Amino acid sequence: MAALSDSPLVFLRQAPAQRLSPPAPRGGAFGWLRANLFSSPGNIALTLLCGLFVAWAVPPVLRFFLIDAVWSGSDRAACLASPQMPRPGACWAFVRVWFSYFVYGFYPIGQRWRVDLFFMALAFGVAWLAWLSAPRRGTGAVYFFVVLPILSIILLNGAPLVGLVRVPTSLWGGILVTVIVATVGIAVSLPLGIILALGRRSKIPVVRLFAVTFIEFVRGVPLITVLFMASVMLPLFVPERFAPDKLLRALIGVALFASAYMAEVVRGGLLAIPPAQFEAAQALGLPYWRTIALVILPQALRVTLPNIVNIFIALFKDTTLVFVVGIFDFLHAIEAARADPKWATPNTSVTGYAFAALFYFVCCYGMSRYARRVEARLARAHRR
Amino acid sequence: MTDAIQPSPRNARRVGNIALQFAVVAVAGGLVYAAVVNAAQNLAHANIASGFGFWNNTAGFDISQTLISYSASTSTFGRAFWVGLLNTLLVAGIGIVLATVLGFFVGIARLSRNWLVARLAGGYVELIRNVPLLLQILFWYNAVLRSLPELGDSVPLRGGGFLNNRGLFLPRPEFAQGFGAVVLALLVGMVAALLLRAWARRYQKRTGTPIPILWFALALIVAPPLVVFVLAGAPLSFSFPQVGRFNVMGGVEILPEFAALLFALSIYTAAFIAEVVRAGVLAVPIGQTEAAQALGLRSATTLRFVVVPQAMRVIVPPLTNQYLNLIKNSSLAVAIGYPDLVQVFTGSVLNITGQAVEVVAVTMAVYLAISLFTSLLMNLYGRTVAVAER
Repeated sequence: MAALSDSPLVFLRQAPAQRLSPPAPRGGAFGWLRANLFSSPGNIALTLLCGLFVAWAVPPVLRFFLIDAVWSGSDRAACLASPQMPRPGACWAFVRVWFSYFVYGFYPIGQRWRVDLFFMALAFGVAWLAWLSAPRRGTGAVYFFVVLPILSIILLNGAPLVGLVRVPTSLWGGILVTVIVATVGIAVSLPLGIILALGRRSKIPVVRLFAVTFIEFVRGVPLITVLFMASVMLPLFVPERFAPDKLLRALIGVALFASAYMAEVVRGGLLAIPPAQFEAAQALGLPYWRTIALVILPQALRVTLPNIVNIFIALFKDTTLVFVVGIFDFLHAIEAARADPKWATPNTSVTGYAFAALFYFVCCYGMSRYARRVEARLARAHRR
Repeated sequence: MTDAIQPSPRNARRVGNIALQFAVVAVAGGLVYAAVVNAAQNLAHANIASGFGFWNNTAGFDISQTLISYSASTSTFGRAFWVGLLNTLLVAGIGIVLATVLGFFVGIARLSRNWLVARLAGGYVELIRNVPLLLQILFWYNAVLRSLPELGDSVPLRGGGFLNNRGLFLPRPEFAQGFGAVVLALLVGMVAALLLRAWARRYQKRTGTPIPILWFALALIVAPPLVVFVLAGAPLSFSFPQVGRFNVMGGVEILPEFAALLFALSIYTAAFIAEVVRAGVLAVPIGQTEAAQALGLRSATTLRFVVVPQAMRVIVPPLTNQYLNLIKNSSLAVAIGYPDLVQVFTGSVLNITGQAVEVVAVTMAVYLAISLFTSLLMNLYGRTVAVAER
């Protein structure tokens, strides 16, 4: 290197260098298009291909569900092809006529205010728990896990003592049953899942064995077989006069199934808590259960809240399976309505399924957005 | 010397633990005992037999899709069980392959730098993941496949098949004598190709010179069976399906129930696999790609030797979970009447025999066994993709 630095300069620029043209603009709509859609020949081809696909697929769908759709009418005649409407689209009139059936099932019409009241009480409880900075969330938990269940049973099942007529569960149906199965599933599986998760980490061999066996067994079999077990085997295992009614059996099956998955999620949360927390609590002299209840669980559940919501989403979708053991949930109501000869048109099925898909999509997508928001919030809290 | 009198807290806890264990065992034992006594009483009351004596009785019901020979009048419940199990394995096996291919494709598409491609893939994932599988199965079955043309208006397919609302009918290959030799030639070709690859790898390790063997290996696989096929006088013919007045004769029938279940399962699981793949690829630090590019590797080579091996490590465990979910979800077949294990066994057999305990227990045991076996296979595979740590 020394030789290089010692050598005399042989070149000195005399005139300014030639001016370069400015670089292509990167910002703006054009720059964005260029960067994201047309950055290379391959990308241009892909964009065109996808654009063609969208142009081919989207207009007919919009046409079917919105533009050509039939919005009102009292029977199938409105949704059949006619000279005025050679190619009718989705038959929303069918959904409108059957709507109250989709929500309440066969619940007596005069008593449906009770269901509405239940929905409101539930929405209130969910909002209280889901809003992370709501006041007095402890009271909210008590309301959700203690007050609400008792209130719901009195409201929906009826209590002659307070002047509410009894409504047998065989009359419940539609979205009401879907919501009940999902909420009971989550409300039972959370405490049960916590106990199972603690049991799985317990130092007592027998307890650990029970927890592990239960969790792994339930996670290894399909929900349908658990539901079959609940609906055909459960009545065998109790004395005949105590045989639980059909809905209750399905609820037990769903709750047991969900608690195994919940246990694994809670265990994930427990693993995220540093052992020093436990040791510190013990050093302060807290006994085991108070350590768990006051130190470990509040942190673990907070960390794992997004996963709990994800379990709830899966559970909400899985409620459709109670259909198989003859419970009248929302999907079952759609299936029943679809078969109504008064509304037999080529588009009735598609419309019914589209409506159901819309309902489930809105609920599940909403919940997953919520889970993501909570996750982002937690990530913010952990960043220092 | 108060120590000797007071039990230490340690001992107290140990005694408590033992007491707790006894209590747990006692409560569980009591529950099981009560359940057994009640079940025996209830079964006796309803006049239902117990035990597996029914296994060898004649089944007496028909099954719409049987991979092994089965007839309602002579076959036993045990045979029906195997028919159902094979149907479950068939739909789950094909479903896993399709879901993996589609899922990897969508997962990669979601990571594309092309905005439109990424958005389309994202829309697919969000839409499919948030709609219940059962609804999708019913949609494919009732709204799509059931609205295909009736038997009389069957759609003829190119090559001699038919499509109508009773299923898809394809020509059935009939293997004449000598076809075994073709299969044998194919196997020999494959083994030769594998040996060639192993040799090329060893050579590259020793000398550093890669040998391009792709085309030669392909030729090794394709050519021998073709030659043998021609030499043996083309020992293959097709029996074409014929549309009769009431049904379709001959050919291979693919039931609409099977197709609906397969579509729904693969499309649904693919959405989840896409998320798994995306997470796996994102888990590889960007520095790995940059380092590979700094070394002068091309993007395809970077993918193959740097990104994919590291991503697979992250992908395999959740992928296993998705496979298990697909297998378990195939039990939804019962909703549309595809004769899988649950439909045949906990459906027909349970209804005929009434032996709920045995039937449900066997079904659960089978799913447990399949789950354990699949986890085992995937764990073995996971070990091959795991990074050797020093």
